[in-house]
Amino acid sequence: MSILDSKIPEGPLADKWTKHKNEINLVNPANKRLIDVIIVGTGLAGGSAAATLAELGYNVKSFCFQDSPRRAHSIAAQGGINAAKNYQGDGDSTYRLFYDTVKGGDYRSREANVYRLAEVSTNIIDQCVAQGVPFAREYGGLLDNRSFGGVLVSRTFYAKGQTGQQLLLGAYAAMNRQIGRGKIKMYTRHEMLDVVVVDGKARGIIARNLVTGEIERHSAHAVVIASGGYGNAFYLSTYAMGSNVTAAWKAHKRGAFFGNPCYTQIHPTCIPVSGDHQSKLTLMSESLRNDGRIWVPKHKKDVEAIRNGSLKPTEIAEEDRDYYLERRYPAFGNLVPRDVASRAAKERCDAGYGVNQTGEAVYLDFASAIERYGKEQAYIKGLNVDDKKVVTDLGKKVVENKYGNLFQMYEKIVDQNPYETPMMIYPAVHYTMGGLWVDYNLMTTVPGLYAIGEANFSDHGANRLGASALMQGLADGYFVLPYTIGDYLAHDIRTGPIPTDTKEFDEAENKVRADIDKFINNKGTKSVDYFHKKLGKIMWNKCGMARNEKELKEAITEIATLREEFHKDVFVPGDQNEYNEELAKAGRVADFLELGELFAKDALERNESAGGHFREEYQTESGEALRVKEYQYVSAWEYKGQPSEAVHHKEPLEYENIEVKERSYK
Amino acid sequence: MNLTLKIWRQKDANDKGKIVDYPVSGISPDMSFLEMLDVLNQELIEKGEEPVAFDHDCREGICGTCSLYINGRAHGPQTKITACQLHMRSFKDGDTIYIEPWRAKAFPVIKDLIVDRSSFDRIQQAGGFISVNTSGNTQDANAIPIEKENADKAFDAATCIGCGACVASCKNSSAMLFVSAKVSQFALLPQGRVEATDRVLNMVKQMDEEGFGNCTNTGACEVECPKGISLENIARMNREYLAASFKG
Repeated sequence: MSILDSKIPEGPLADKWTKHKNEINLVNPANKRLIDVIIVGTGLAGGSAAATLAELGYNVKSFCFQDSPRRAHSIAAQGGINAAKNYQGDGDSTYRLFYDTVKGGDYRSREANVYRLAEVSTNIIDQCVAQGVPFAREYGGLLDNRSFGGVLVSRTFYAKGQTGQQLLLGAYAAMNRQIGRGKIKMYTRHEMLDVVVVDGKARGIIARNLVTGEIERHSAHAVVIASGGYGNAFYLSTYAMGSNVTAAWKAHKRGAFFGNPCYTQIHPTCIPVSGDHQSKLTLMSESLRNDGRIWVPKHKKDVEAIRNGSLKPTEIAEEDRDYYLERRYPAFGNLVPRDVASRAAKERCDAGYGVNQTGEAVYLDFASAIERYGKEQAYIKGLNVDDKKVVTDLGKKVVENKYGNLFQMYEKIVDQNPYETPMMIYPAVHYTMGGLWVDYNLMTTVPGLYAIGEANFSDHGANRLGASALMQGLADGYFVLPYTIGDYLAHDIRTGPIPTDTKEFDEAENKVRADIDKFINNKGTKSVDYFHKKLGKIMWNKCGMARNEKELKEAITEIATLREEFHKDVFVPGDQNEYNEELAKAGRVADFLELGELFAKDALERNESAGGHFREEYQTESGEALRVKEYQYVSAWEYKGQPSEAVHHKEPLEYENIEVKERSYK
Repeated sequence: MNLTLKIWRQKDANDKGKIVDYPVSGISPDMSFLEMLDVLNQELIEKGEEPVAFDHDCREGICGTCSLYINGRAHGPQTKITACQLHMRSFKDGDTIYIEPWRAKAFPVIKDLIVDRSSFDRIQQAGGFISVNTSGNTQDANAIPIEKENADKAFDAATCIGCGACVASCKNSSAMLFVSAKVSQFALLPQGRVEATDRVLNMVKQMDEEGFGNCTNTGACEVECPKGISLENIARMNREYLAASFKG
């Protein structure tokens, strides 16, 4: 029997959430005033949770390392948010969204969690519209939808290529209302550096004021980690520069199990790496695959000619192009899920068909969309549909309306006009499905310590579908946690304020101070970035899109060695009592260096391929991921002093409402 | 490329601050402006010196964190982008580049190129929201159709990233473009009309209390706004304010 209790309610799948809500403990409004909750992170999950818990009457303390809660990296999500509204009447339903998400996750997520997510998805859209989120609309005044990868319906709501921004500003506005009422106390430019556990329960945090360097104690009856994912372990990713695993990792070190650390999403459409100076990678939204067609030349001679500049992609005839996604996956074509699209791009580039100098880029082409839309518009306007210029101009207008900001972003970075020549794209690290293990109530293995949004592991299995991250973040924060946390806090109505002058707070603060002092006094010879880049290279080369036993074992040793070298030789300028970005970075990289090893260890343990986790030893004849039945479980790792000593626990996954079969997009 | 950087260094809020010269070499035109600063900072760290502090996060032009005044212009010489989207190909080998923080009374300097923009947050807290509970017990999202033109205009206003370039560019350090963007977004939507009167009065009051200057219709803010927020929004806010003042 597993020691992990997922606390999934009894009863039929469709009734579980309602039944659970009816049966859990509630805290009466007068008592909520006596209870404090700390929330770390102000993205979609943390921001929406803070606003909702404050509105319910709890005293909320919110923390973010940015200068304003509005800058959390949810802001950069582009394409959209899924909801089973079925406004298009194309056959969508709660069950179908549930089914698509479980299948998309390669049968490695929890049925009950995913069903609940699909169930509350429709509330999110209602809620956001009421808050004034300006979603895209049709001329009739109703909401517009578009398609995303891995599904056969149009269920994605969007606001141009800035959906994350609009949803986050909605949550930020809801937070502002509560800050104005004094129900949320906001701590910006603060970084959480430890969780304080008292009598086995999470009762507070130690935070550092990033402006003054002060170390602060904050207590609460419950602590919520909403600090996002850990993709920056790869150094280069689509994450923000400050995105980090520190809050989640400190929670792990205090007893929270870490779930499926190796499940990482490598997004297929990002702007390729251009040189060693590069500090981050930029995503081109998956929504572009609604209209863009992905291809590489069919012939090596054309690849050569393109690389040496003697041939332009627009000069290659249709029959000499290999639209490899359409070829391999006729049913889903360019809209296969991200893991599948990324691996297919890697396969072509590894075979020598990459179209830039580094050989790591494929084309994303809008020419046929421009022509199709242009003809449609010309017809509507009664113009000549055979006039190429008229059609192209009209088509470009339509494409600009849909994706204008993305095209502009591409042009600024690459210095090429994507209306005239196809975009070049390559996969990049984008999201982590793994995270802190949580039960159905979103509580970690430490009582009173919760994890929501990307910081937890729960809903996406081994691969997340496009437009599902925004859905999960807001579902957790607006609609799930506000109920489930009450069940726990109902036992705390007589506890009274949690004191901070206790030995547990002393111990945690001393530890934080000791770590900081060590960095400042280390006086090594190499910068934090030097080590971070090295870690990134190991992660990308040996724990990236394709993994194998030999390289994972090498990665484990190399990361452990690098970590040792880091602690011996890192140089952090300045001191601790001032604004010191290098010091903050040093702490974050120290945690990535521990997490990275556990990541590789987890990937090595999982002798199968599933979703974003692709083990070269486990593939079908046609190169698709090969799942292995005995690995139908969640891996949850318990901290034991060193990543190498982490103890492996399993939560078996059962599928009662969905048939586990080969995941095919053909 | 080889460049001479003239960078504002200021230890903390109380320090007087000064321009310091830094030569940098081997800069690739494909680097972003912030990556060029990364190169400088790595060199400084290797020499045991303190790196230049500047604000940055997403590095893709959407979080609004970066805030550099480059050669006398907010976010540098190009329009409709942020400093993180500016690439070195916009400069020439041998150029001298001045890099300063946003300058405004309501944006005090924290260190070097970093300023405190919490005044923007406080303006939003005064009224930049619709007072609906987040419990989800609202009506169906399609219950109220919204004219596409208004929805699109509301969206355009809502794309403000809160970077503060408008304030930095304005000779009066006015925050009118920033405030009007939020007022406009909600004024254009039926959901936002309900509290329109209080919202505009409260947000403008807070804006004045924070020490931002007045608007004299110069329009520099619109030119330098990385998201192209239109001056129309200021006109709309003025109308809203006038109407609210009569009502209020």
